Amino acid sequence: MTQTKIRRSILSQLIPGITSLAKRGLAGWLVLIGAILTLSIIVLTVVSPWVSPYNPSAINVGHPLLPPTSQFLFGTDDLGRDMFSRVISGGGIMLQVSILSVIVCFIIGVPLGLFSSHTGGVVDKFFNLIMDSVYAFPGLILAIALALVLGRGVINLALSIAVIYIPSYFRVIRSQVLSIKEMPYVEAANAAGAKRRTILARYILPNTIPSIVVVATVNFADAILTAAGLTFIGMGVNATVPDWGWDLSNGRQLLLSGNWWVIAFPGLMIILLALGFTLMGEGLSELLNPRLEQSGE
Amino acid sequence: MTLRTYIVSRILLTIPMIFILLTTVFLIMRVLPGDPVLLHFEKMEDPALIAAMRVRLGLDKPLLMQYFDYLFGLFRGDLGKSMQDYSSIGQQIFAAFPATLELAIFSMLIAILIGIFLGVESSKAYNSPKDHLIRVFGIVTYAIPVFFLGMILQMIFGIGLHWLPVGGRTYQNMVPTGLNVGPVHFSTGLYTVDSILEGNILKLGTALKYLFLPSLTLGLVLCGIFIRLTRSNMFETLRLDFVTAAKARGLKDSTVTYGYALRNAFLPVLTMMGLQFALLLGGAVLTETTFSWPGLGRYLVDRINFRDYTAIQGVVVVFGLFVALVSLAIDLLYAYLDPRIRL
Repeated sequence: MTQTKIRRSILSQLIPGITSLAKRGLAGWLVLIGAILTLSIIVLTVVSPWVSPYNPSAINVGHPLLPPTSQFLFGTDDLGRDMFSRVISGGGIMLQVSILSVIVCFIIGVPLGLFSSHTGGVVDKFFNLIMDSVYAFPGLILAIALALVLGRGVINLALSIAVIYIPSYFRVIRSQVLSIKEMPYVEAANAAGAKRRTILARYILPNTIPSIVVVATVNFADAILTAAGLTFIGMGVNATVPDWGWDLSNGRQLLLSGNWWVIAFPGLMIILLALGFTLMGEGLSELLNPRLEQSGE
Repeated sequence: MTLRTYIVSRILLTIPMIFILLTTVFLIMRVLPGDPVLLHFEKMEDPALIAAMRVRLGLDKPLLMQYFDYLFGLFRGDLGKSMQDYSSIGQQIFAAFPATLELAIFSMLIAILIGIFLGVESSKAYNSPKDHLIRVFGIVTYAIPVFFLGMILQMIFGIGLHWLPVGGRTYQNMVPTGLNVGPVHFSTGLYTVDSILEGNILKLGTALKYLFLPSLTLGLVLCGIFIRLTRSNMFETLRLDFVTAAKARGLKDSTVTYGYALRNAFLPVLTMMGLQFALLLGGAVLTETTFSWPGLGRYLVDRINFRDYTAIQGVVVVFGLFVALVSLAIDLLYAYLDPRIRL
């Protein structure tokens, strides 16, 4: 198939998909709006080097602490950096950290949940106790401790955040497997002599995917907020790359003298990004697990 | 199962969890970084000085011995010494704890009040624009970084309108002394309680004024989950027969909703309080930093800046224990309130 053909076939799948989402009521709209929000921020971050009017890290581009004007749409910070350029390019680290941490959670949480709950017995009790203990611990504080000893850097930050969300995947997988395991078709596969790996991968895993997708979208929002929080208290990646969390932390003192624009726009971007994922998660959980809504969970 | 066996088994379940927690914290803070003393001094220091610090903090012993020292120390309430000035970490944590407790109590209260009120309104107007609006409000509060919301409120009510203070716990000379009757001195460290004990309305007012913005910030961020929970529970409860019967008897709408139906929908809210408590403490660290609130979270961030690993370990342990005990207390309260668990 040529490039254009592939593109056309993707589009022909996508457009009916979008219109049918819009027909699914509020839940469909939530997914649609959430997806548009997150995608536009991701695209904005990727193209920012070409579209930002000034170098976001260059100091003294304008006078320090200028309020928004036509030349500097979002004003300047205390070092005379252009806030507009910083806002459109400040999502890079947060996005990398959250994507990476969701991947790590997925790679560890899903197989562990499958293995533990399908094995049952003492093994399952052991992992369950560990996961419950981590789950019960204040997440941000655990992430702070981990980030502190692992040191700075995107990968270390992502790992610290991933550890606190692995139990969410584990628990969801576990509760699903425990009910799916008893279904007649799994019993039939067992009786037919299918290997354990086959049963887990081909019969059980596919049924857990809707729940994992929902957990992963919510996890994205949480990871973004946690990354922002860690950066705010000075445990971010570094100060040389523009970052919304860092700008908020820097703006805290400047705010007291009335310079609202230094924090308002970066903060708004974090909200929009987290909101995009939250809306998607909210809508998806309704679309993929209609039973949840009915049972009032 | 009798209530007593439930209580005993629930307490027994807490012990391994606390043990895992303590071990995890030890592994993270002492084993992962290699040598906390070397990390504390970022640049090369005099080797003699480093060795002296190791001996003084007991970090020269084998790891297994350090582990037992740490566990037995905790058992006696000893959290070790600070790397900064060898002061007792336990005392500093003890001094900062009431500020965090007070913030946590008021934030939880605000979250529940807003959450229940909006959840009830939402469930009564099910699937109407009002319902959608409340749901979206709940989702948006979830997506706001707590420290950003704090700064927005500071900007509006503190810097713009000058209604409320932007940071701290009270004025310098307005710290309540607590109960003072003759030789008896008793204070809780919670400024609201202490000013009531002292009988000083002015101090109570000041304490509340300082407490309002930080607890509103944290309460707003947490209220979303309570809105959702109350909404779905009330939606079902409002359609049960006993509610219809109460309505048929001509009781006022608000009496039926808040006096009858809500009572049924409250137990899940109680459970959620326990689950949200860990999230609340995480949020408290950021809120305390935003509002210069002198609690545990602020102490933690302060110690991070000094790379004071022993103190950080102490705070993390206390946070974990705090959550474990609160969730134990809530589970026991639940068992007491819900007779089904005793059957």
